[in-house]
Amino acid sequence: MANYSTNEFKGGLKVMLDGDPCSIVENELVKPGKGQAFNRVKLRNLMTGRVGERTFKSGESLEGADVMELEMEYLYTDGDMWYFMQTDGSFEQYAVEKKALGDDEKWLKEQVPYTVTLWNDNAIQITPPNFIALEVTETDPGLKGDTAQGGSKPATLSSGAVVRVPLFINEGEVLKVDTRTGDYVSRA
Amino acid sequence: MSDWEPSASIETLRARAQLLARVRSFFAERDVLEVETPMLGQGGSTDVHLASLSAEARTPAGRQRLWLQTSPEFHMKRLLAAGSGAIFQLAKSFRDGEVGGRHNIEFTMLEWYRPGFSLTALMDETAALIHAILPPSVLSKPQGAPKRYAYRELFHTHLDVDPFTTSLARLRRLAAERGFMPAHALDDEPRDTCLDLLMSMVIEPTLGQGELSAVVDYPASQAALARRHRDRHGDWVASRFELYLNGVELANGYDELIDPAEQRARFEADNAERREVGFNEVDVDTRLVAALEHGLPEGSGVALGIDRLIQLALGKPRLSDVISFDTTRC
Repeated sequence: MANYSTNEFKGGLKVMLDGDPCSIVENELVKPGKGQAFNRVKLRNLMTGRVGERTFKSGESLEGADVMELEMEYLYTDGDMWYFMQTDGSFEQYAVEKKALGDDEKWLKEQVPYTVTLWNDNAIQITPPNFIALEVTETDPGLKGDTAQGGSKPATLSSGAVVRVPLFINEGEVLKVDTRTGDYVSRA
Repeated sequence: MSDWEPSASIETLRARAQLLARVRSFFAERDVLEVETPMLGQGGSTDVHLASLSAEARTPAGRQRLWLQTSPEFHMKRLLAAGSGAIFQLAKSFRDGEVGGRHNIEFTMLEWYRPGFSLTALMDETAALIHAILPPSVLSKPQGAPKRYAYRELFHTHLDVDPFTTSLARLRRLAAERGFMPAHALDDEPRDTCLDLLMSMVIEPTLGQGELSAVVDYPASQAALARRHRDRHGDWVASRFELYLNGVELANGYDELIDPAEQRARFEADNAERREVGFNEVDVDTRLVAALEHGLPEGSGVALGIDRLIQLALGKPRLSDVISFDTTRC
């Protein structure tokens, strides 16, 4: 892979840092009136998802990371691996480890397209769509006529996620949920 | 926004033109002469931390490398030596690689020289200019002479170390820790790099909140083209100030070096350091040295990033918002 110098760092560039692939979030040049310039860089570690800050002397460089983001549909799991298929017509399949799914395992639904991040052709992360429609499999019975009141209760969805929903929601209903916050949005 | 369009709005460019007109009338009232000096020069800045751009030109001397000036300093000092008296310039200046929220490779420098002025007198005049340009709402505190902080005092207050006497090993550890670098990243770095990092990352963002702050008495190693004097602790310091507003460095003033031998020695030391760290050497402006030999009047000079001042005056988040076409779309 090519090397990138600090002045080429920009949002979305994928680089290797301390052995892990990272995505640059922000890069700001800082320089005293006279003297050495530095680049203050925010990076997201693609293995852990964590955002950290690192400073470089201007002109230093990092090796590029062979990272691609592809759209893939979720197919099934055999309990060990989770299988996804590219939506570009190639039907190419990728097996994803539990580690790469992380917390997002609870948003998996068959035939829904996810963004799968590949590093050296291995899946390291999946990103669910911002909103997803899922069926309620378990919740306390709905309270009729309680639509005006602000109360909420937990509901388990078909993917395994548990979200807070209004009291009037019943089992079997399909809900629109925001996967970034885990919040109930509306009935789907 | 498609990239043929200016990075600044037309409305902003109108406001910019008005502010520049105000700068010109500020100096006209004070009888400071506006000058224009070359953007391309046969000599360039040797400063190790400034990357000069250059162009190959066909001149009467044949093919010649000409340097895009990193500031108009050398030519303006040659005018002073020729007897110009007080002068100012709004000069396009160039610094390779410097792009960001407060930087653009090509930018406008407001630089002026005041023969006979002490550093304090020039600091006060610089503050007066800034106050003349900024709307009162930008400064939350009363507009007076800038509050002054010695470089040493700032390091004591913010980091509990003395920048002159603390061991290099301790400074390296502290700078790596507070500067978001790995533990041993600075182990081969000189003292000034550690100080620059701490200054940029820890101290600068706190300076000039709602008022102008001046930093004075920089370490002598950071004198650039300023004279040196001893501070009250007996350490050599640079006769220099920098002005800050809302964490942004706006201006850099010197009690100007007028000794030609010292000037030549500093150029040579810069190029020696350039060779050591593997940077290109820059052709020394021998005519500046000759001008100093002829005699430069004692006095002070200051360079002010006018784009940044306009940015603050108009409340724009990025420098590109006040420049017609920034580096990414020029």
